[in-house]
Amino acid sequence: MGPTGPERRPPAPRNEAFADTTSRSRRRFLRESVAMVGGALVASAAAPRVAGAAPLPIPESELKPGRAIPAAEYGMPSKFEAGVLRRRTDVFVNRQNLADWSMTPLQSQLGIVTPNGLFFERHHAGVADIDPRTHRLAVHGMVKQPLMFTIDDLLRYPSVSRFHFLECSGNTLADWLKAASTTVQQTHGLLSGAQWTGIPASWLLNEAGLQPGAKWVLFEGADGATHTRSIPLEKVLDDVLIAYGQNGEMLRPEQGYPVRALIPGWEGNVSVKWLRRIKVSDQPWYFRSETARYTDPMPGGKWRIFSFEMECKSVITRPSGGMKLPGSGVYEIQGFAWSGRGRITAVDVSVDGGKNWQEATLEHPVIDKMLTRFRYRWNWNGSPSVIASRAMDSTGYVQPTVEEIKRVRAISGFVQHHNGIFPWSVGANGEVKNAIA
Amino acid sequence: MPSRSVVAPVVAVALVAAACATAPRMSQAPPAPTSGFGKPISEADIAPWNIDIRTSDGRGLPSGRGSVAQGKSVYEAKCIECHGAEAKGGSVYGPMVGGIGSFTTDRRVVTPGSMYPYAPILFDYIRRTMPMDKPQTMTNDEIYAVSAYLLHLNGLVPADAVMDAATMPRVQMPNRDGFIPDDRPDTRAVRCMQNCR
Repeated sequence: MGPTGPERRPPAPRNEAFADTTSRSRRRFLRESVAMVGGALVASAAAPRVAGAAPLPIPESELKPGRAIPAAEYGMPSKFEAGVLRRRTDVFVNRQNLADWSMTPLQSQLGIVTPNGLFFERHHAGVADIDPRTHRLAVHGMVKQPLMFTIDDLLRYPSVSRFHFLECSGNTLADWLKAASTTVQQTHGLLSGAQWTGIPASWLLNEAGLQPGAKWVLFEGADGATHTRSIPLEKVLDDVLIAYGQNGEMLRPEQGYPVRALIPGWEGNVSVKWLRRIKVSDQPWYFRSETARYTDPMPGGKWRIFSFEMECKSVITRPSGGMKLPGSGVYEIQGFAWSGRGRITAVDVSVDGGKNWQEATLEHPVIDKMLTRFRYRWNWNGSPSVIASRAMDSTGYVQPTVEEIKRVRAISGFVQHHNGIFPWSVGANGEVKNAIA
Repeated sequence: MPSRSVVAPVVAVALVAAACATAPRMSQAPPAPTSGFGKPISEADIAPWNIDIRTSDGRGLPSGRGSVAQGKSVYEAKCIECHGAEAKGGSVYGPMVGGIGSFTTDRRVVTPGSMYPYAPILFDYIRRTMPMDKPQTMTNDEIYAVSAYLLHLNGLVPADAVMDAATMPRVQMPNRDGFIPDDRPDTRAVRCMQNCR
């Protein structure tokens, strides 16, 4: 395994002083900057370690018992993490919050799994509230025997658990040609990763028996928009899950409780939540969601339709917009890379605005169609810099620049599928800003 | 009858096989079950949920009909609050008229008239989502009528038009041929490492 390839353990710090003055204080700084709404730095966080300082006081927590265990509870994060929240957009003004979205605080995420309470949301008519005892899933259309399933029925099958990211096709759409968002939560937070539990959709379709000529499958939700999409049968039989679990517990209501489709690697909205109906046909339906909403403008007055795959993309989450570096020195640049077509094979980092690139280290595990973490140790000399990441996937695809995307698509207005290389500028004062332009 | 010396290796192989069978089996996915737990149901029982319309030819459009004039009344009673007078945009949503012909300009205007290649999309979408606070409560006649009104405001049907399962699929939408299949990957980025720009 090469020095820049995936590895299981981070290298040990070279010496005590290095660990103490850089990574620990930096972590503290990042946590504080993230916890504060404006992301401003607390100056004291950058205070250097002073040899021979006063003896360490005995912490108060050691001088009394802690909180007692209640009879039953659902555990919550520390009150000191109260600033780590998913947030609605602060770029667009939505005059209602039903067909709306909220974003994951990627700058605070540790590891590749997004906690269920921080998983991004996109709804078309609010969050449905469904009693699993009365919920039904129907499978019909071009099948030999239409079938109906209760949640208890679905739970009787052997379960399958898989790690996959979900990304909204609209992720990053406010920041194509000029900087509109401040934080990585606002630029890239329509992205999360989870372990999903359910059963392969192919089992239910095969149980119903596919008729000859079947080619497309409708997934329909039981929400106030009965959100609906047409999916090619080939994909459904390949790796689509009928999921009821997420990160070790039943789906949250906002993620489609009690059951949803999970369509790995494809734009989030096709993973229909609150799933009530699966219908098989020989043609797609061309729903409004498929022509007027989730389509991409192309040169010559055309629109690209059924652009399902989320292409290979990456972003640096630390340091990222709204943070402030306390001074020159060594920083561990960190971020996420992912691809809807397969596995991440490499990530490069540039600290000079894309002129020169160095290969970053991928952190295990590296999973097909899942978030992959990367890191790159950067010795910042304190001068203004532009940092960015570029990911490659197992199909050989290289994440493009916005300029390269602009050459082949029409980037105007409300445009989705932005997987361009995303730069952050670091000013001489350490302030990190959105540098897309 | 086989001698003991021949039988012994056979037993040994069987024991190894048995040991393997009891070892933990690791797999990404369990094998597909040979029998399932779905309950047979008839298409008739699914009918109340069976609301999808194949918009390219209107298959699934129900009976009923509605005129532009009736649609204006329905619109002003159930839609105007959010979408504004004559669908020009209101308190919650932007315009649903205009935009036809804007696809070759810098600023594309996305409206039903411009973004729906097939008119039955209006019926399917209105039925399943509108009005936003009471979806699936409009009658088929009301949905046909308000569809006719919106198509008329977009200049796509005359003032005396009536929409039903036969007429709606025949409305020629301006961007009927404006949609192309996904042909990505369309970028051809290369992995340059030094002196890239």
